[in-house]
Amino acid sequence: MAVVRNKPGQDAIEKNGWLSAHKWLLLRRFSQLGILFLFLAGPLFDVWIVKGNMSSSLVLDTLSLSDPFVFLQSVFAGYHFEWSVVSGALVVGLFYFIVGGRVYCSWVCPINIVTDIASGLRRILKIKISLHFSRTTRYGFLVMSFILASITGMLVWELLNPVTMIQRELIFGMGMSWVFILAIFILDTFISRRGWCGHLCPMGAFYSALGRFSLLRINANNRSACNDCMDCYAICPEPQVIKPALKGNDSPLINSGNCTNCARCIDVCAKDVFTIKHRFIDFKTITSQEEVHL
Amino acid sequence: MNNITSQTKQSRRRFLENISGAAGSAVLFGMGLGLYSQSSKSMPANAVRPPGVNNEVDFLSTCVRCGLCVRDCPYDTLKLSKLGDGVALGSPYFNARDVPCEMCEDIPCVRACPTGALDSSLKNINDARMGLAVLIDQEACIAFQGLRCEVCYNVCPVRDKAISIDYMHNKRTGKHALFIPVVHSSDCTGCGKCEHACILDEAAIRVLPTKLAKGELGKHYRLGWDEKRKAGNSLVTPDVQHQYNLPQGTRYEHEGEGLIQPNSTPQQKTPFEKSALEHLNSGEL
Repeated sequence: MAVVRNKPGQDAIEKNGWLSAHKWLLLRRFSQLGILFLFLAGPLFDVWIVKGNMSSSLVLDTLSLSDPFVFLQSVFAGYHFEWSVVSGALVVGLFYFIVGGRVYCSWVCPINIVTDIASGLRRILKIKISLHFSRTTRYGFLVMSFILASITGMLVWELLNPVTMIQRELIFGMGMSWVFILAIFILDTFISRRGWCGHLCPMGAFYSALGRFSLLRINANNRSACNDCMDCYAICPEPQVIKPALKGNDSPLINSGNCTNCARCIDVCAKDVFTIKHRFIDFKTITSQEEVHL
Repeated sequence: MNNITSQTKQSRRRFLENISGAAGSAVLFGMGLGLYSQSSKSMPANAVRPPGVNNEVDFLSTCVRCGLCVRDCPYDTLKLSKLGDGVALGSPYFNARDVPCEMCEDIPCVRACPTGALDSSLKNINDARMGLAVLIDQEACIAFQGLRCEVCYNVCPVRDKAISIDYMHNKRTGKHALFIPVVHSSDCTGCGKCEHACILDEAAIRVLPTKLAKGELGKHYRLGWDEKRKAGNSLVTPDVQHQYNLPQGTRYEHEGEGLIQPNSTPQQKTPFEKSALEHLNSGEL
């Protein structure tokens, strides 16, 4: 197995330039901060494009949007029907069902910035030690959040959910949630690689499940060009999803709900192996291309 | 062949370990969180929920903590609970002493709620029951010292119904009245304007969660006068004429002379022949 390098993307930077080797990252940061800014424009500048927070919001005083995971918890807690939140959760759920559930994690959730910085710091400080726990843990937490909601009749996970807590306090004024930001940062930097987003967060697990059959997919369609530099594995928050597509004999589609569609693999690959496409891309054309390459 | 079976055995073992590890940590975690959740069911006494919350647990089952009610509150009364506030994390509440509810007629907070956690059937703000004002410190309230204040009464949006002034005797001076504010739970919305306006350094009247503030008579209790009014007549069976078992000739007069001996002369009502006044006037002292 080739050695995972500490500076993934170096070849791509040399080949395509810094900007091109970071374009998806920059787009994602723009998206994450932009969404946060839209929420903050109301209280800060009295421009009310989006009101509320990421749990539920009102866009331009007309469109109601709701987080399907938070909504589902309240369904388990014994929810009584209210059209506004149901339609909001359906719209958001449908959106992520199409573009990929964990697009929420990599393009919207502000915690992603923290955990990305943490994993970058791990690489810079060359921290190799990592407490291993199963990536299935998050699904356990997901199921538990629903079970607890139905037992207690309350949105129990929302009493502690650092994701919604930090979003809320960023938008509505900071309380003590910075403690959780720090805790997640410490966990991901010093204790476990991609510990929070990749292993524990039930919200990530929910969106993984939601995006299991999403249309928008990363595709290793040029996998014959791969030179085994391992940069994509080094940069990927869910590296286990790459191998079947990159090294397998079947579809080059990254077909796991855990893939966040962050597209960093596209950024760091100097050989342009990856693209982002819909899942129904003609498999035959790819295989014939591969044959040509071979 | 042998090799392959051991490999599949191993991967099966690995898989089961993964699953049980995830389930185990989830259960541990769930137990901790479940216990913690029990403490969040009760509100701190100084925190008041927005209008339209009928029951704390129902509210916590539907509120998604989006803060749309907070955004639409024109007086910045409502805020979302932060870590350490003691109120269920992220849920809306207010401190009446800081900013009370102004009881907007169109109830924008309830209209803004996308989940119905704030009950959308609440159309008249006077029907809101956010909490209950309680004149909690009669020692400090200056009305009980015989001083005129009545600020809480005067700021009350449902004055004379939710708070009235009752007159009581001022024992200290012997000739003045105490003007005592009295809260009536039938009409108090719990808006907290009284607590906000209380002139003391620490408010003597405070909005408390209704559950904390209200006593409740045992369900089996019936108040005779209420039942009589409802039924239109007394529900008590009239007494049968009572028979006393007394020695012959002796009588017993209930609420009167008491036991009457057969041959005794009727007891003189006063030691004087006529009345006490006449006796005094006769000069026979």
